[in-house]
Amino acid sequence: MSDSFSDQKDAVTGVQRRTLLKGTAGMAGILAAGMAPAVHAQEKIVLRYLGTAVNQDKAIAEKFEKDTGIKIQYVAVTTDDVTKRAVTAPNSFDLIDTEYFSLKKIVPTGNLKGIDVKRIKNADKITPLFTTGMVAGKAVGDQGTAPKKVIYLEGEKSKVFAKSPTQFMSLIPTVYNADTLGIRPDLIKRPINSWAELLNPEFKGKAAILNIPSIGIMDAAMVVEAMGIYKYPDKGNMTKKEIDLTIKTLIEAKKAGQFRSLWKDFNESVNLMASGEVVIQSMWSPAVTAVRTKGIACNFQPLKEGYRAWAAGFGLPATLSGRKLDGAYEFINWFLDGWAGAYLNRQGYYSAVLDTAKSKMEAYEWAYWMEGKPASQDIKSPNGDVLAKLGAVRDGGSYEARMGGIACWNALMDENNYMVQKWNEFVAA
Amino acid sequence: MSSSPSSSLPVATRAPGRSLAAWWQALPLTAVFVLFFLIPLALILMVSFWDFNEYELLPGFTLKNYVSIFEGCGNTSELCVTFKTYLSTFKFSALVWLITLVTGFAVSYFLAFHVRSSGVQTLLFVLCTIPFWTSNVIRMISWVPLLGRNGLVNQSLVGLGVVNQPIEWLLFSDFSVVLAFVHLYTMFMIVPIFNSMMRIDRSLIEAANDSGASGWQTLWNVIIPLCRTGIIIGSIFVITIVMGDFVTIGVMGGQQIASIGKIIQVQTSYLQFPLAAANAVILLALVLMIIWALTRLVDIRKEL
Repeated sequence: MSDSFSDQKDAVTGVQRRTLLKGTAGMAGILAAGMAPAVHAQEKIVLRYLGTAVNQDKAIAEKFEKDTGIKIQYVAVTTDDVTKRAVTAPNSFDLIDTEYFSLKKIVPTGNLKGIDVKRIKNADKITPLFTTGMVAGKAVGDQGTAPKKVIYLEGEKSKVFAKSPTQFMSLIPTVYNADTLGIRPDLIKRPINSWAELLNPEFKGKAAILNIPSIGIMDAAMVVEAMGIYKYPDKGNMTKKEIDLTIKTLIEAKKAGQFRSLWKDFNESVNLMASGEVVIQSMWSPAVTAVRTKGIACNFQPLKEGYRAWAAGFGLPATLSGRKLDGAYEFINWFLDGWAGAYLNRQGYYSAVLDTAKSKMEAYEWAYWMEGKPASQDIKSPNGDVLAKLGAVRDGGSYEARMGGIACWNALMDENNYMVQKWNEFVAA
Repeated sequence: MSSSPSSSLPVATRAPGRSLAAWWQALPLTAVFVLFFLIPLALILMVSFWDFNEYELLPGFTLKNYVSIFEGCGNTSELCVTFKTYLSTFKFSALVWLITLVTGFAVSYFLAFHVRSSGVQTLLFVLCTIPFWTSNVIRMISWVPLLGRNGLVNQSLVGLGVVNQPIEWLLFSDFSVVLAFVHLYTMFMIVPIFNSMMRIDRSLIEAANDSGASGWQTLWNVIIPLCRTGIIIGSIFVITIVMGDFVTIGVMGGQQIASIGKIIQVQTSYLQFPLAAANAVILLALVLMIIWALTRLVDIRKEL
């Protein structure tokens, strides 16, 4: 009964629906053919800023727009995806914020334009760490992709790095830091002073390592050296044999149950540490700060073998021109002018031009963050959370102590493909 | 559908699908299918034979990518990465398939044969879908605080004195991965099995009873054969999802468990597109083979 009824109904509405569909298809065609809105002349400049979420702070974009009227539109992706977009879709952004080690992949494609240092007001004040690899007059470790190796280009449209300073920079440095292990002092209850502790069986099932192969392997290399297994000529550019050895060490530790988890993004590392799943792991400085703001003890532990450093900077896509190019230069100049630098320093990063940042920070803040002195009053983050109480001293001490202790830099190896393949082996082991 | 109704229709309306308008109406879906499925698939196949360096793809024809995937697989003393990865992926597929099948079947059976009123049936069915109101990842992550070393389960167990030390294998283990999969995908078993159970003519079950069949005999000889379509469709859903998954295995396995999807993801993030494409082609071939084998067991088009 009901079946035949619904069949009838279907037959009627079915026909109507079909004729209707044909009609709408035609209409849609007409609509699509024309009537796009008119193009506005001289509209506000909007810069599409491609980078990781690390520096993409809402406060920075708001302040910049207030100061100059130029709008910043953040495109936040992971470190690997920044490189991928720069290589495959260079027209999808107007300003790129990427790490120096990625340049070895991006620059040979010709998708970046050399930045004319003559148009950068504070170019000569950029810390010598980037241009000559010195901190306080002393050379720091340059294993791996040290910025000084890739910061200059031979010309504006060059696809190769210059050996000595030129008028064109590949990236203008923004932030940088030196990474080390993060620990839970309340759960470890003894001093930690070497990278070797990461694979110490004492922390079996309570250790974690970074699952971004190109960075994780550097941490592993620090551990291998600290354990006295092998001394690398250049940790940041291993031979196949050295990669095999490093991965073998990791696999043995994994099979013995050393690792609780591997982590890939910032929040994962924070959760692992805060929940006590892990007591020792490779970690990023702001992640340590994030654990601390939850009221949980966490140290960004200085180690005797030194730090693994990283640095990021602004680059311009090769096709950028006209008002947008001017806007991008204006943003870079504004960024180096102090306000943004002070903002980043207060988060525990370091800014590229220290003098201008200093002028925008209170003396007690500068003393705590940069000089390694005890806090003379409570130290607050830019959004008002208390990060350190009166009398606290920053992990790793002063700028010179920390950045002077760099052992190697995040790197892209010549044998990168082989390394990634071996890393997959570690994950599968 | 059988062909008998169409043969009884008048000649004029025979083969209604052959008119021009019908072709036009089929065109949009065909176009979408070609544009977003067939062409990308062909591109993947093509790229899997290309060479590459750090920053560009080099068109050409090389078997290098396929060779490097199976590098060291001739070694008999230890399994190579690819085989190990597939083995672990198969293991999860089989486990999850078995558990979701048993659970899904039991739930459907209850809904279809024990719940008498159709109102309650609908209500309970909707209840089953409630977990799907939030995203996959959130449903997954919500297990972490529950199963962790200092999680709710461990706290309760230690508090009750059942164990002295927190149990470590609850989280970041094979167990937690399977648990999350079962939680996420049992529904994909319930829906098709429930659907095919509802189509079973109740008089068949009465007939079985009247002929003196026991409950198990009815289940095994009447209900299960008649649910075959639902079981196969559910199995295809679950197996294909688990074979390709890298998020669940990553989050619940503490990123320490290999899955073929994860390897593909890592390779694409390092711009090793040809290698990733080759891996994807192999995975696709395997999954298609599994589906082909499953569809041999039942003619889905006929049964639907």
